Amino acid sequence: MKSFRVPPIPGSEITSESVYLQRRRFLRGLGLAAPLLVSGCSRGGEDAPVAAAEPAGKPLPAPRSERWQTGEELTSWNDATHYNNYYEFGTGKSDPSSNAGRFKPQPWSVEVAGHAEVIGRFTLEDLLKPHALEERVYRHRCVEAWSMVIPWVGIPLGACLARFKPTSRAKYVAFTTVQRPAEMPGLAYPVLDWPYREALRIDEAMHPLSLLAVGLYGRELPNQNGAPLRLIVPWKYGFKGAKSIVRIEFWERQPVTSWNLVAPTEYGFYSNVNPAVDHPRWTQSSERRISGGGGNLFARRIATQPFNGYADDVASLYAGMDLRANF
Amino acid sequence: MKPPRETTIVVAKVIVFVLCLLPLGHLAWDVAQQTLGPDPVAALEHRSGDWALRLLLITLAITPLRRLTGVATLIRLRRMLGLFAFFYATVHLAIYLVIDLGGFWRQLFSEIVKRPYITVGFLAWLLLVPLALTSTKGMMRRLGRRWGKLHKLVYAIGLLAVLHYLWQVKYGQKIAVREPLIYLSIYLALMAARLPWPAWFARLRRSVRPESGA
Repeated sequence: MKSFRVPPIPGSEITSESVYLQRRRFLRGLGLAAPLLVSGCSRGGEDAPVAAAEPAGKPLPAPRSERWQTGEELTSWNDATHYNNYYEFGTGKSDPSSNAGRFKPQPWSVEVAGHAEVIGRFTLEDLLKPHALEERVYRHRCVEAWSMVIPWVGIPLGACLARFKPTSRAKYVAFTTVQRPAEMPGLAYPVLDWPYREALRIDEAMHPLSLLAVGLYGRELPNQNGAPLRLIVPWKYGFKGAKSIVRIEFWERQPVTSWNLVAPTEYGFYSNVNPAVDHPRWTQSSERRISGGGGNLFARRIATQPFNGYADDVASLYAGMDLRANF
Repeated sequence: MKPPRETTIVVAKVIVFVLCLLPLGHLAWDVAQQTLGPDPVAALEHRSGDWALRLLLITLAITPLRRLTGVATLIRLRRMLGLFAFFYATVHLAIYLVIDLGGFWRQLFSEIVKRPYITVGFLAWLLLVPLALTSTKGMMRRLGRRWGKLHKLVYAIGLLAVLHYLWQVKYGQKIAVREPLIYLSIYLALMAARLPWPAWFARLRRSVRPESGA
C-alpha cells in the first residue's frame, strides 16, 4: 500500500471531518490504522503511515440523499482512491494514485456542443452553481468483476443537461476526457485511441440515477478518481463513467466510445451490468466486493445483480430490447 | 572437472529449498500484515501464479545450463525445483478455488469450459500431477525408459502456463502484455536450447563438403 503525504490540514480537522462523515466508518478506520502503522514502519515509510486510511482533500459538505443509499458496508476511502482504472495515468491499479499528482484540475471548463440551444464553454463553477450538491451512496461495479460501495458528492446529470435545452435531434450525449500528455504519463502509450470518450442514450443521461460527481467521502474528487468532474452511471460497468470531463456533446447518432472501439466484442455500447451476459474472458455472474477495512481475504465474493441492483429504477429504459444483443 | 562432494550437494539443496520457500514466506507476511492492497485475493493469485511460472522455467533451464556450464550435478536440484513449481501452482489453484470462487462452486465448471485462459491453466496444473507423483526414485526405477518420455510433458506444461498468463491480458493493454511476452521468450529460448544444434551444423558441413571437393 502506498503511503502519501499529509495535506496541509490541521489534524483536528481531519478527525472531525471523519466523524462528520460517518461515525461507524471512522471507528473502522481506526481499526485499520493499527496494521497500517506496522506495515508502514516495516517498509521504512516513516512519513505518517497512519493517515493512509484517512480521507484527504478539500472538504465538500453535501447533505446525504435519503433516496440513494445502499445499506451496504462502504469501501474504505483509501481503497477507493488507491485502486483505480484511469489509463491516462497508467494501466496498473496503483498507477493513477501514484502518477496523478502533477494533474491540475483547477481552473476547469467544459465545452458543450451539438444538438442543443445553449452551447459554448462553461466554467466548472457556472456548471455547478444552480444545483445543490448531494451525497449519494452507489454500488460501483467494474467490468473486471470487482466492486465497491462509494459515497459520491455531485449533481444530477439530467438537471445539468436540461439547462442546455437539447433539441429533438439530441438522441445521445457524448463525454470526452481531458488529454494532457504533460500531466498524464499514460497518454504516451497507445493503449486506447485517446482522448477517452464515453456516451449515453439521452434517456439514460436524463435518468435521476445518473450523476455528475465532483467529490467522494465528503471531499473534492482526488485526481486519480477523475477530478474535477466525472460521470457516474451506477447501473453500468465503471468504464462508462468518463473522468475529468472537458466536453459534452449532444449527438443524433450513436457516438463512438473508447472501449467499444478497441474491442467491440468485449465492450458493448450499453454495458449495463448484467450477470447473464459474460465477458468473453471472465464471468460477470459474481464479483469481488472491495469494502470495509480492506485486507479481508474471505467472504468477499457476492452475486452480481441485474443492472447492479438498480433494475427497479432503470429496467424500463430497455423494455423490449434484447439485452444479449445490446450488451 | 572433479565431481563435487556429497556434502556440497546437500548444502546446495538446503539453500535452494530455503530460497524456494521465501516467496511463500513473503506472501504469508503480507497476508498477516494486510499489505496486499485493496484486492488481496487478486494479489495472492497473481503472486503465487508468478512464482509457479518462474520455478517452472527455472526447472526447464537446468538442462541447458548444465550443458552450458558443464556442471553435471545441477541435475540433482531439478526434482526439488520442479516440485516447488508444482507446489506454487497448487497454492495458486487453491487460492482461486477456496478464497476467490469460495461459495460460488457452480461457477467453476463454466469457468473452466468457457474461459480459455482458465482452461489452459487448469490443464497445466492437471498435467503436473502425474509428474509430481512419479518424481520419486522408486517410480523412476519402475518406469524405466518410459519415465523420460512421461516427463517430456513438462515442455507442453510450460507453454500452457505461459499461455494462461498471456491470454488474460485485457484487450488493448499493450503494456500489460509485455510481461507475459518476456516469459514466452524465455520459454522459447529454453526450448530452442534443447535442439541438437551441433549435430545440425555438422550435417550442414558434411552436405557442403562434396560440392567444394568437386
